[in-house]
Amino acid sequence: MISFIFKRLLQSVVVMLTVALIAFAMFRFVGDPVNNMVGQDTTDTERAALAESLGLNDPFIVQFGRFAFNAMRGDFGISYKYRRPVSELILERLSATLELSFVSAVLALGLGVPLGVYTALKSRGIISKGIMVLSLMGVSLPTFLIGILLILLFGVVLRWLPTFGRGDVVDIYGWWTTGFLTVSGLKSLILPSITLAIFQLTLIMRLVRAEMLEVLRTDFVKFARARGLPDRAVHFKHALKNTLVPVITITGLQLGALIAFAIITESVFQWPGMGLLFIQAVADVDIPIMAAYLVLIAFFFVVINMVVDILYYAVDPRLRADAAV
Amino acid sequence: MKLRTGLMVAVAAAALAVSAPAQAKTFKFAFQGDLSSLDPHSLNESFLLGTLGNIYEGLVLYDEQMNVIPGLAESWRITDNKDKPAGTEWEFKLRKGVKFHEGQDFTADDVIFTWQRAGSKGSDQKTRAGKISNITKVDDYTILVDTPAPNPILVRDLNFLYIMDKEWSEANGSTNATSATGDDKGNYANLNANGTGPFKVKSNQADVKTVMVRNDGYWKDIPSNVSQIDFTPIKEAATRVAALVSGELDLVYPVPVQDWQRLEESKGVNALAGPEARTIFFGMDQSRDELLYSNIKGKNPFKDIKVRQAMAHALNLDAIKQKVMRNAATPAGLMVAPQINGFNEALNLPYAYDPEKAKALLAEAGYPDGFEVTIDCPNNRYVNDEKICQAAASMWAKIGVKVDVLAQPKSKYFGKVLETGGYDTSFYLLGWTPGTMDSENVLSSLIACQNKETKTGLFNLGNYCNAKVTELAAAVGSETNQDKRNAMISEAFDILKKEYGYMPIHQQPLSWGVSDRVKVNQRADNILDYRYVVVK
Repeated sequence: MISFIFKRLLQSVVVMLTVALIAFAMFRFVGDPVNNMVGQDTTDTERAALAESLGLNDPFIVQFGRFAFNAMRGDFGISYKYRRPVSELILERLSATLELSFVSAVLALGLGVPLGVYTALKSRGIISKGIMVLSLMGVSLPTFLIGILLILLFGVVLRWLPTFGRGDVVDIYGWWTTGFLTVSGLKSLILPSITLAIFQLTLIMRLVRAEMLEVLRTDFVKFARARGLPDRAVHFKHALKNTLVPVITITGLQLGALIAFAIITESVFQWPGMGLLFIQAVADVDIPIMAAYLVLIAFFFVVINMVVDILYYAVDPRLRADAAV
Repeated sequence: MKLRTGLMVAVAAAALAVSAPAQAKTFKFAFQGDLSSLDPHSLNESFLLGTLGNIYEGLVLYDEQMNVIPGLAESWRITDNKDKPAGTEWEFKLRKGVKFHEGQDFTADDVIFTWQRAGSKGSDQKTRAGKISNITKVDDYTILVDTPAPNPILVRDLNFLYIMDKEWSEANGSTNATSATGDDKGNYANLNANGTGPFKVKSNQADVKTVMVRNDGYWKDIPSNVSQIDFTPIKEAATRVAALVSGELDLVYPVPVQDWQRLEESKGVNALAGPEARTIFFGMDQSRDELLYSNIKGKNPFKDIKVRQAMAHALNLDAIKQKVMRNAATPAGLMVAPQINGFNEALNLPYAYDPEKAKALLAEAGYPDGFEVTIDCPNNRYVNDEKICQAAASMWAKIGVKVDVLAQPKSKYFGKVLETGGYDTSFYLLGWTPGTMDSENVLSSLIACQNKETKTGLFNLGNYCNAKVTELAAAVGSETNQDKRNAMISEAFDILKKEYGYMPIHQQPLSWGVSDRVKVNQRADNILDYRYVVVK
């Protein structure tokens, strides 16, 4: 077990370093940050001096080394645009993104799994077929479009829900802001979290359904039935449990995706999270923010993957058996 | 004594009259970008300066039509001091009794301090600070300002040079402008503000929300009855428009041109589309002996005036106006808009659309089958910038010139075509608003020959170069007689036009979406002045 975790950790470090390198290298080609920082009347000498002081004239390897070393300490430098530490900016935005992703994950899992089970059990029912058709739309419509449609319907036509932003937020511990404690905050959460959850929801639902259908055909389910166990026990104790292995893997990855894909939802709803900060940084060629964001997202993925791997290890006895050999 | 009591009563009455309608009226608006700093000397950009212009103020202000009106200076004049070169010394009488938001008095020291700070390392207002070579304090409310050369439009440059309080800046370690350097964390003034303007910053969360409240002690009567302003940046155009139509916001800008009709059809909102003072134009490389991006080797076709004429006469500006800009642009024949001083109606007639003549000219110039060239074009800077390039390319294709459109985001585009990118372009589309609202800025930046020493023509990317025009541009900069000055401006523009140095396209429209509940003034430089915002 320990050597397994150790191996995983080592892999993670390699992954992180590679991401850092790719991210850093890529940024050298997204345009000249100096141009975005100054106005049209700034002279060439002033521009050159600025490039020098930003360290843009140093060799590539020096710039990367500096970046990697500082990143390890959580220091991603000063945002070119805001002239404030990037870590501070990201921390301010973290709560917005995590709250949105959390609500979406709860929605996706809380609805996805039961719906998947239902459509598998009643696979011939009219309701199941209706759900399947709707889910196809959920998978195929782009997030951007879903967001805009929801805004148009609930924000502009019906005027029930706000079209943008987070509403009123409450500060907790000084740095974490939450929208859970105010009415406008909760109202503001509804549309973005649905938008963000829909793809994951349909994915999880279809996955659970497919797995369920397969497991229901296996011998041990037939034996369970033969033993005279009630339907509920067969479906939920035996069948569902066995479908969970792939579902955990996918869900884990999707959780990372929820945080990463929040970019689109955040920009449609002007949700003040990290994704919005990132997209704005791309437009402004604010390299420190972009670098920090990519590294952070990679970090989330790596951590989630590790947790999933360990969970796997706990859930699936076969893995433990392999390791013993 | 009696008079003073009377005055106080009048002041109290006025204060009552002003405060009575201010029953917590909140004005909410969104812009596509955000307020990146509160430091008035950190970035020379329209939105930042426009917003901070409600919190800070310069010695002069702009009225609704962008005429100069007294601000923190009550009056000014050019002195007749015989010891100084003629026209280089100004006297400013400063306004008495003005207080900063935190209670400090506004005096001559603050003006001198501001000028020094604007010239400090890291300031993006160095150009404006550089228009002044020295300031002498006569008394607390009188200063003498020296300029390096006679500068008839000095006061226009002072509009955006916002006055900061000396004591406050010193007490908070903000005597230098927040610089963009990598190791500068930004100082106190980057996140806090203390100006003399009609609004104070209540809270500012970068890129999320900025709340401003009315400064009750403001020295001037203003039309606005707003007590609080909520600004939210909304990047997505569709979200911005939806937020306006849903009634959550009172004003959003910019609105995509294709959404105008939707706004007109929606209840309670309207599109506000006045002409912007920005002129959009095509420029050509007229200095290199061989174009960087063309199939013609060994020579530069754009050096031949016949080719430039052919390109200009092949353009159908009316078609661009109708098809690309939905009739909202004003085709131009001049490099400045009507709002700019020095604009000359007689010269503003666009080059006539005449493809036959263009073809003939091209054949005369030795290119009967045309040639190929690449045009650089931004795709997120001006209204429909990429579409304009594409439409123009199809027009040039009709006379046989194959123009490849290289459209890029502004950061890439500017990095390539500007001086920092080594003017790496053969043909480009650019837009320009002179910050001073005077033709001199256009002449010296865009039209005079490139010259790094005199810092003229630095944005003349294709280096159109005519000695006489350059001379005129310099003369315009120091001529104080308005009539003579305007005659020189017209002469320079006339030469430029006859030499086909640039191809002006149009003035693009401003595009705001406004709720019927509010009345705003749309300034030609796309700046929203809260002083004129009235909530019904």
